[in-house]
Amino acid sequence: MHIPDGYLGPATCGFFYLVMLPIWMVASKIVQKALKARQVPLLAIAAAFSFVIMMFNIPIPGGTTGHAIGGVLIAILLGPWAASIAITVALVIQALLFGDGGLSALGANCFNMAFVFPFSGYYIYKAVSYNAPVISNRRVVAAGIAGYLALNIVAALTGLEFGLQPLLHRTASGQALYCPYGLNVALPVMLSEHLLVFGWVEAIVTALVIKYLQKQAPELLTESK
Amino acid sequence: MKVVAKFWFFIGVLAALSPLGLLLPEHFKAGPAWGEWGVDEIRELTGYLPKGLEKLANLWEAPVSDYTFKAWGQKRPADLSLTYILSAIIGVMVCAGVMLLIAKFLVKNK
Repeated sequence: MHIPDGYLGPATCGFFYLVMLPIWMVASKIVQKALKARQVPLLAIAAAFSFVIMMFNIPIPGGTTGHAIGGVLIAILLGPWAASIAITVALVIQALLFGDGGLSALGANCFNMAFVFPFSGYYIYKAVSYNAPVISNRRVVAAGIAGYLALNIVAALTGLEFGLQPLLHRTASGQALYCPYGLNVALPVMLSEHLLVFGWVEAIVTALVIKYLQKQAPELLTESK
Repeated sequence: MKVVAKFWFFIGVLAALSPLGLLLPEHFKAGPAWGEWGVDEIRELTGYLPKGLEKLANLWEAPVSDYTFKAWGQKRPADLSLTYILSAIIGVMVCAGVMLLIAKFLVKNK
């Protein structure tokens, strides 16, 4: 899901940087207002957690690999705006130090994984766990559903970004200039592998940690914005 | 143990286990993530190398690409997992450090 350099054309790269700039600004304003000093260490843990969980590449035997992001969990615990900043930090470090995800595609990768992902997951969790007591099982189920659905929403979005490239950029002879696969391939492949495998990993990680926190630190599960 | 300490312990465990993310795909003969191929893999898959992709692909030379220290791993392939753990530790510390700086800056300038 970390789009490398060269797969997205300059127009797409520029567009997503432009979209992310105001999101990053609003996120810092909101986090600045809402962040309590005691939450600072949790935010650092969140960025570190998102980084390390993405190193666990899950194989589809004989096929591709994928991984969880951990971002819905962070959004549930710290709110979607704080999650957005924490995941952005992880994505920037991954791109700069480890070459995971391109620099030109960083805006798009942040839009997918650090914006759409925590926000969609957060609101799905809120909807499903509506009015449920902090220690109820419905919260655990809601966390799993939110992780699963949000990862698939982002997989579809990433597939869309890949798949649009051959439509946007071609040589005179019709060869693709950037991502060579169109929507008819990129969208179904990205979506099916996440629906079948990787979405479940995100769901299990998110639900298990929520279940654990219900016992160990239920105070973290009270409402956060 | 305080919950923050428990979280750090948990992240340490994840870092120690991180080579699973390297060894499992190898064991099950799984390639890279879809859409994250290197230029050689693309040429193999599609029969050509898109011109724009070729130009942009090497935009940035990351110091530790793919979370492994290649030079070290080539000498002793068994050590590749160790370099993966080292990458996990470096990444975790840098992410936490950068996040702390940003958060402290935000809280201080309220």
